[in-house]
Amino acid sequence: MATSEAPAAAAPAEPSHGRRIFLIWIVLAVVADVLIWAVWRPHLPPGQMSSSAEHQQVDIAVLAMAAAPVMLFVWVYFAYALTNWRHRAGDDDDGPPIFGHTGIQATWIIGTAVVVLAAFVFGTVELIVPAGAGAGEGPLPVWKPSGNNTLQVQVIAQQWVFTYRYPQFGGMETTQLVLPEGRNVEFHVTSLDVIHSFWAYQLGVKADANPMVDDVAYTKPEHLGGFTVRCNELCGLWHGAMYNYGKVVSAADFQTWATSSQAQLAKVTKILPPYALTYEPTVVPQLGQDLVKVAGITGANGYYYNPGDPEQP
Amino acid sequence: MTLLVAFAAVVAGAVFIVIHYLLGGPPVVDYTSVASGGQVNVVLQEDPQNSVTSTPDWVSYFVQNPQTKQWVHTFQFKVPESTRVNVTILGYDGCTPARNNIWSHVEGTIGGTINVQSVDGKGQAGAASNVSNIDTWSHCAVGHSFAIPALHVYVPVLSPDASAELCGASPCTSGPHSVEKFSFMTPNHTGVFRMQCIIPCGGGFLDGFGGPMQTIGFMMGNMEVAA
Repeated sequence: MATSEAPAAAAPAEPSHGRRIFLIWIVLAVVADVLIWAVWRPHLPPGQMSSSAEHQQVDIAVLAMAAAPVMLFVWVYFAYALTNWRHRAGDDDDGPPIFGHTGIQATWIIGTAVVVLAAFVFGTVELIVPAGAGAGEGPLPVWKPSGNNTLQVQVIAQQWVFTYRYPQFGGMETTQLVLPEGRNVEFHVTSLDVIHSFWAYQLGVKADANPMVDDVAYTKPEHLGGFTVRCNELCGLWHGAMYNYGKVVSAADFQTWATSSQAQLAKVTKILPPYALTYEPTVVPQLGQDLVKVAGITGANGYYYNPGDPEQP
Repeated sequence: MTLLVAFAAVVAGAVFIVIHYLLGGPPVVDYTSVASGGQVNVVLQEDPQNSVTSTPDWVSYFVQNPQTKQWVHTFQFKVPESTRVNVTILGYDGCTPARNNIWSHVEGTIGGTINVQSVDGKGQAGAASNVSNIDTWSHCAVGHSFAIPALHVYVPVLSPDASAELCGASPCTSGPHSVEKFSFMTPNHTGVFRMQCIIPCGGGFLDGFGGPMQTIGFMMGNMEVAA
């Protein structure tokens, strides 16, 4: 039976908020990720001077690209809610009841789980790729570069300077770190006194320098230029001053530099101890017994001084 | 009220300590006024003790005032930029082997050498010679070093004979010592450049690198390069 009452005016259809939010978010997320990769990535630290540095730069960019959509979703939702669902004048009605939404909950849990697990897998792999990712691997490195034309460089730290030894060039030791472009480098990092850390910033290499420990790290310089070496472990009052600069040169220039340095340093190389992976810091191998008797010098316990010195800690 | 006064006293004390620490460093001996012809002569001595501080048994450098010729207890001096610095070091302290024998090597000086001469306890000077290495390990030969790492200047300082009776009061004016001369160029820009001894001569401290080795004015200091 037909009613005599006029039908009530139909309420305006509620727009699909979820679709709107998704569309806004997806556009912003794509734009942000493209900007991060194309614009920001080339300027991210530590740069692209070496294989390890380049990987670290990609790692930071990828993690930023994973984080940006999540951050943008929160911001978009927040802005959308403020714009569309804020309290308006004269509207004293309660909001609609909120019930659980299995689809949204599942999407959120699965989405965030995928992001976290992907970051976990990616981060774990990148911790060791390429060839240990430029980090100190200890004395028995597991992740090594392929090829056999690796240049070995020993980094010797002491308060408050680094020196560098090249075993393939007669064991010469220099105060300058020079590396060839396009060749794998195997750093052997050690210390002669306290704990230091060798951090070749633009190369993306960081390895602890512990006395009597050979800490191995790899990288492959891929661009010419200078880089900074800093100690990254508090090693005394002048830790902040423990830095110097190295440079990557062409393979030919490196060969010229190395062979000429080897000849120039031949005299001092002769009086250095034979190349070894570590050096006992409390022993001076060439000291004769006579000197110890005459001068009361002792190499024991890390001191070159008479143990009776009243200032012994 | 009492609490307020006590609080104010503590704050004042802390401020005094901070200001004293920041402003109360060792003096900087100014050589800029005596530089001429693109050169300046800097005279230093390193002693087995210092006799003038609250830690008199700490080894220390002294810098000679170019006007008064008096020795100043400090290891800080100021020189002009783009200038040849002719350094003379009187080495009065005994020997200590370097932890790394690379510090036997002379680096960063003009010509890559230093001129060394020994003077015995009676004031008799031996022959001077130019050397590029002084082996710190083969015999008791090196007391300290003069290093400006940022300029790649590394110079071992010859010590008196191991059996010599060292000068007992500082600044030393007699006793066996070495006379060491070398030159290097200051950079063409101003700046403050850290100087340090790299021989572990902080007797009694961990690894020989504590005490005077970490204290400005003793075996650690700065070279100021002025315009």
